[in-house]
Amino acid sequence: MVRYLLSRCGQSLVLLFLVSLIGFMVLNLAPGGPLSQFALTPGMTKEALDRIAEQMGLNRPLPIQYLDWLWHLIRGDWGVSYRDGRPVLEVIGSHLFATLLLMGTATFFAVLIGASVGIKGALAQGSAFDTTTTVAAMIALSIPTFWFGLVAIYVFSLWLGWLPAGNMYTVGDGSVGDYARHLILPSMVLALVEVAVWSRYMRAATLEVISQDFVRTAKAKGLPPRRVVMKHIVGNALVPMITLAGLQLPTLLGGALVTETVFTWPGMGRLFLDSLGYNDYPVVMGLLMFSAILVLIGNLAADLLAASIDPRIRLD
Amino acid sequence: MIAADVTEPRSAPTRWWRSRSLRRFLRNRLALVGVAMIVTLTLACVLGPYLLPFDELYIDLRARFAPPGTGAHIFGTDPLGRDIAARLFQAGQISLLVGFSAMLMSTVFGTLVGVVAGYLGGRIGAALMRVVDAFLSFPSVFLLLSLAAFVSPSPLMITLIIAVTSWMEVARIVEANVRSLRERDFVLAAQMVGLTKRQIMFWELLPNVVGPITVAATLTVARAILLEAYISFLGYGIQPPLPSWGNMLNGAQQYLAQAPWLAIVPGVAIAMAVAGINFIGDGLRDALDARSDQR
Repeated sequence: MVRYLLSRCGQSLVLLFLVSLIGFMVLNLAPGGPLSQFALTPGMTKEALDRIAEQMGLNRPLPIQYLDWLWHLIRGDWGVSYRDGRPVLEVIGSHLFATLLLMGTATFFAVLIGASVGIKGALAQGSAFDTTTTVAAMIALSIPTFWFGLVAIYVFSLWLGWLPAGNMYTVGDGSVGDYARHLILPSMVLALVEVAVWSRYMRAATLEVISQDFVRTAKAKGLPPRRVVMKHIVGNALVPMITLAGLQLPTLLGGALVTETVFTWPGMGRLFLDSLGYNDYPVVMGLLMFSAILVLIGNLAADLLAASIDPRIRLD
Repeated sequence: MIAADVTEPRSAPTRWWRSRSLRRFLRNRLALVGVAMIVTLTLACVLGPYLLPFDELYIDLRARFAPPGTGAHIFGTDPLGRDIAARLFQAGQISLLVGFSAMLMSTVFGTLVGVVAGYLGGRIGAALMRVVDAFLSFPSVFLLLSLAAFVSPSPLMITLIIAVTSWMEVARIVEANVRSLRERDFVLAAQMVGLTKRQIMFWELLPNVVGPITVAATLTVARAILLEAYISFLGYGIQPPLPSWGNMLNGAQQYLAQAPWLAIVPGVAIAMAVAGINFIGDGLRDALDARSDQR
């Protein structure tokens, strides 16, 4: 176990290095690099630009600049927002809770509904329920999240008037019930695609387990079918789902970005788009790196958890 | 030219229209629905502009927010009084073209990386696949938007950056397939007769992974159309007045109460296109997967 843990952590470190390299390349892709935002200032001269470049260390060779940037990144000095001068990490931190709340709620319902649908479909392979849910999942995967959001707002807020169309809470209220009411629409919209993914994978994993010898043995021993399903089949089919949870993180974060935009949810995605609009590159780059690091940590955690539950994983 | 002599005599190629895979595909009802959806959409987008009395850029301020079915405006008009049907078809040409071209670029690049990493293996293979993993660590919408904000938003650039964020799946699939074929007898034979690495990779191995590549490429078209819609909806993709399905939805939220058709019409088109391609991709996977015969 210790060996697996070490090699898996080492792998993550290598990935982290490559991720930072890609991030730095994106940063330098801007026409004129990070200087482009100053070039637009009225009355900016070539001399002044050169002086800023020197102050920011942008006239040094690229590898040196990269190492410098990385060093700052590692020490937690991610620069300051052009918009309000606050440190980037602080800005991201103040939006983290909203995004985690949204993603957490969506994932909870997605796993609950998706896994049940997938198991039920696999146990009755080829039935009307199985066929319908399989096709429905494929259609759900084809609908852009933001469009489903627009339709949900139209139906549930504008037409029926049941739920608020946006924001995280009503100004002046902010009770738990108020938060919950605002959370329903965005989390359901974000959960839709996830339900589809989870049901598909859960169905495949269950089918895989059903055909294994130990299931036949359990049945042959005369265990009650319910016990075979719950303990032998579902228990084993759930293990790969832990890894899937990690692998789904990038999709989930991307979906959160779009959902937050449609529902004016004050999370990281909303912050990302606002910062893009203001050319606030330190925050944009910070969020890009932060989301990738979040994904790396999520994947590492998922793999280690799966390995600690299922000893077969450590062997390869 | 020993190599040429060895590679020449192949068994006569099975004619594709009589192959078992095609028969399996044609038996898949969902895949046929997908084909019908895509053919209908493509025809509508190509022929539609010639059949409609409106130009997609023609502004008629007296006819703003006309609901669907008003006069000749079958899908209604937008806040500037432009005909939505005309814009939808024009946008479809662009969205489908962007999706298809992005697929071509990412498939070529992904296949290249996958074949090289899978055949060479070792350190080079491992390094290439770690780069793939690193790209996969970024939420693609985040990476796409960062790139879109930094480059000029021409349709070609948008296509290029969608390709940059979509090649990894193909690379992974090709790498896994090539790696499993690497030790097979026909590869060993090719090595023995002295074929170069390049010949083995592209003349011996590549033809054997065409199936998985086709499936992955089909699904990449669907993904590319969705990604284009996402970034154009958010205002960083195809720029107006050039219409795309994504940017037609860009202002729709503002008028949701007043003119819901602004949001519904392009959204249905996107969902139809993506679902149709996904159905085809799924059908192809079942048809080309030899194992599905035994099920």
